[in-house]
Amino acid sequence: MAADPIHQFRIVDLFPVAKIGNTEIFFTNSSLLMLVAVFGLTAFLVIGTARKSLVPSRLQSAAELSYEFVATTIRGTAGAEGMRFFPFVFTLFMFVLTLNMLGLIPYSFTVTSHIIITAALAIMVFLIVLIYGLMRHGLHFFNLFVPKGVPIYILPLIVAIEILSFISRPISHSVRLFANMLAGHITLQVFAGFIILLGAGLGAVGWIGGILPFAMIVILFALETLVAFLQAYVFAILTCIYLNDAIHPGH
Amino acid sequence: MADGTRGKGRRKEPSDEEAALSARLQRLGERLNTAGRHSENDSGPRQTVDTSAYARGFRLSTELVAGVLVGAGLGWLIDRWLGTSPWGLIVFLMLGFAAGVLNVMRAAGVVSDRQLND
Repeated sequence: MAADPIHQFRIVDLFPVAKIGNTEIFFTNSSLLMLVAVFGLTAFLVIGTARKSLVPSRLQSAAELSYEFVATTIRGTAGAEGMRFFPFVFTLFMFVLTLNMLGLIPYSFTVTSHIIITAALAIMVFLIVLIYGLMRHGLHFFNLFVPKGVPIYILPLIVAIEILSFISRPISHSVRLFANMLAGHITLQVFAGFIILLGAGLGAVGWIGGILPFAMIVILFALETLVAFLQAYVFAILTCIYLNDAIHPGH
Repeated sequence: MADGTRGKGRRKEPSDEEAALSARLQRLGERLNTAGRHSENDSGPRQTVDTSAYARGFRLSTELVAGVLVGAGLGWLIDRWLGTSPWGLIVFLMLGFAAGVLNVMRAAGVVSDRQLND
């Protein structure tokens, strides 16, 4: 079990919730982690902002920092008008960040290493961009696909390419987060497996040699922490860029 | 220090204290400046070089792959619906590749949205 690097991604059914047709719907370890993230985040923000003191406590300072961080990101990419999407982007960023960080705890489970989760989030962003763009600009939203100043004879080609480029967004959006988390966790587990293989194969010499992969794990773990944060940030910033298209399709 | 100056005389005190205060403020400003510069110079570039090179590489590759995948998928679907087998796949795979390259160029900042649209 310890040497199998994929084992950590297994979904475990905890208890059944509902039954639709012949499909039983289970409460899984993935759902559990998501619930933990949601309640943890809510508690963090509610407790952090409960006592609004001028000189903030650590918790309040952290809550304010996270607000400021997301707010500057949105203002920088989508402009001041993008702030109407602040609740959405903030929720998305904190949710992904918390799930990534929870996944780094040993014996826990990384929800964002399953593409179904990241794809659901990315498709949600995609649909919000599409629906909000259509609601706000009507059919002018499709000007997004028609660049100005292009000769008429290559316009159909350009429009087709632009539409394909637009449709490919949720794919790259979701695959990036999922693949980063998956690859990082597999790497960690493989290096951890080396220690056990060395120890089991070579005895005492092997255990001493195991210090090398162990040192590697420490370094990789630091990198993974950075990646966990960075990917949540990238996910949020891309969401902002896409929302920017919905707000200003003409440019 | 404050006690010592207070003992000498009251008339001198304000100017002395003001001078000391302004000197301290100046020193604080200098230290803040160097600290700010340090944090920008030290942590900033190192972080961006290591991680953003990795993140950027990853981002660019997924952009290209996503374009090609969408093109292939759409072409395959169109072939299935319209029965135009290999042509839909061929045409849309190429379009998808072009879209992927466009994605990469946008992600890399070689061609911005505005540049293309103006």
